[in-house]
Amino acid sequence: MAKLSKEEIEHIAKLSRLDLSSEEKERYSRELSAVLAYVDQLSEVDTETVEPTANVTGLQNIWRDDSVESSGITHDDIELNAPEFKDGFFVVPGVFE
Amino acid sequence: MENLHKLTIKEAKDLLEKGEITSVELTEAIFERIKQVESKVGAYITITREKAMEMAKASDERRKAGKTLSEIDGIPIAVKDLFLTKGIKTTAGSNILNDFIPAYESTVTGKLWKAGAVLIGKTNLDQFAMGSSTETSAYNTSKEFNSTTRNPWDLDRIPGGSSGGSAAAVAADLCIAAVGTDTGGSIRQPASHCSITGLKPTYGRVSRYGTIAMASSLDQAGPMTKTVEDTAILLKIISGYDKFDSTSFDKEIPDYAGSLKSEIKGLKVGIPAEFFGEGLDPEVERVVRSSISELEKLGAKIIPVSLPSAHYALAVYYILMPAEVSSNLARYDGIRFGFSTQKIENLKSTPKSLEEVYKLSRAEGFGPEAKRRIMLGSYVLSAGYYDAYYKKAQKVRTLIKKEFEEIFKTVDVLAAPVSPVPAFKFGEKASDPLSMYLSDILTVPVNPAGLPAMSIPAGFVEKNGRSLPVGLQLIGSHWSEQTILNVGFAFQKATDWHKKKPII
Repeated sequence: MAKLSKEEIEHIAKLSRLDLSSEEKERYSRELSAVLAYVDQLSEVDTETVEPTANVTGLQNIWRDDSVESSGITHDDIELNAPEFKDGFFVVPGVFE
Repeated sequence: MENLHKLTIKEAKDLLEKGEITSVELTEAIFERIKQVESKVGAYITITREKAMEMAKASDERRKAGKTLSEIDGIPIAVKDLFLTKGIKTTAGSNILNDFIPAYESTVTGKLWKAGAVLIGKTNLDQFAMGSSTETSAYNTSKEFNSTTRNPWDLDRIPGGSSGGSAAAVAADLCIAAVGTDTGGSIRQPASHCSITGLKPTYGRVSRYGTIAMASSLDQAGPMTKTVEDTAILLKIISGYDKFDSTSFDKEIPDYAGSLKSEIKGLKVGIPAEFFGEGLDPEVERVVRSSISELEKLGAKIIPVSLPSAHYALAVYYILMPAEVSSNLARYDGIRFGFSTQKIENLKSTPKSLEEVYKLSRAEGFGPEAKRRIMLGSYVLSAGYYDAYYKKAQKVRTLIKKEFEEIFKTVDVLAAPVSPVPAFKFGEKASDPLSMYLSDILTVPVNPAGLPAMSIPAGFVEKNGRSLPVGLQLIGSHWSEQTILNVGFAFQKATDWHKKKPII
């Protein structure tokens, strides 16, 4: 597998919401390419008739009643960890022009 | 009474019941031990002394009042800093959570406190449990070496990871027992490197609620203790269905410790050839083979078996795990909690947009390993690649799972090495991520299959004049924890490897 290009790395960084330095871009391009070359060995395996497994113990469609319960978590608890919090709301930079 | 820190859960429980010691004395003995060696070992990110003494006092009062107590009431326990503890800083070994105070308790730790356990502190780990050496932690907990956690058997070496702090704490008697988590070997590999007993339960046996998620379809919490018997005691306490984790399984919890049997005559032990392949240190192999001979002496039938798909497990793991990581770690956005460049004291320039808050907070808050895995995950899940990577890996996962199921029709357990090499030196693999990933090759296969597996002390190898521990891995079919515990219990009755202590 070819090394990931600078454009590909920048695209993945954008999807990942990570601001990367040019040194990091170079490093991750090298390291990710090595890991991707390693996992490419799966192409040897014939999986034409195989179903994918998401849950190993066979559970599926776990439902619960759509009822409201108190979490016991207060506004104060949230505020304690929020970087910027005002009048019961998270503060963020303006989204609309 | 002397040397209380060396006690097992079982021994401490018996002494507490007889009234020969109190939980306060036991807890003080642990803090005395911490005073002696913690500056070297560096097992803990946070030590909760005040809280521990309160909990110990409360336990002694319950006992005095004649209340019915659990097996771990008054027992000092260390908790990997990945479990949320209400009101107590929980970092996941990362900078992005360096001042995070959880508003609720994880189910696992909630069960421990309900059973009366005493919290000694939160142990060091690889950042977000991503690593095999604890070196990716943002916290240099070993003050003397100004580094992450050291291996109590050789302070020049890593303790393993990601539950390295928990393993080192148990091995160095800085607690009576600990809990960790295992996504690709993070309980078993440090247990092997530190000569303790560590069990990864069947996926769904233990609730994941309130355990900071790495890869949700693989993560499972489990006990890390001084003996198999202690693992059995702790497993019962933390197991069980939880309505807050829809993947936890509603299944009866056996009395694992009460049902322990050391009789393994006729039990079929499979030896998978693929686990003894290239890259296995010959000395490690010698120790593992001799422990298998020990099982044979105890009456087990040794049967060579083959698991050809296991070879692909690591590749499957390095697709599924980063994919789930990239999704789980999307929550660290610099807005709701955790490190933020929006916060006044971190402000370098006013963020121009919401997008910038995300990108800059995550860039500064995450360490290199977390970023690497997020990037890898975003790539394999990105448009056009999903089928080629994620879906393909989930299909090979099916093959691996089926192959294990077939094998368990012919044998009761599998025995294998845990790690191809003993604990390595600091920095030896840190610069080469793929070589670090390859060191997990023997522990990873059970996670995509959801199987229970345990590491028990099996002996030592000599490297540069130091004795380094080697673990034996016992793997069972789904829900067969009792069987692997029995094999481990029989082994520990016949050997004394688990009683050896490091000199720090």
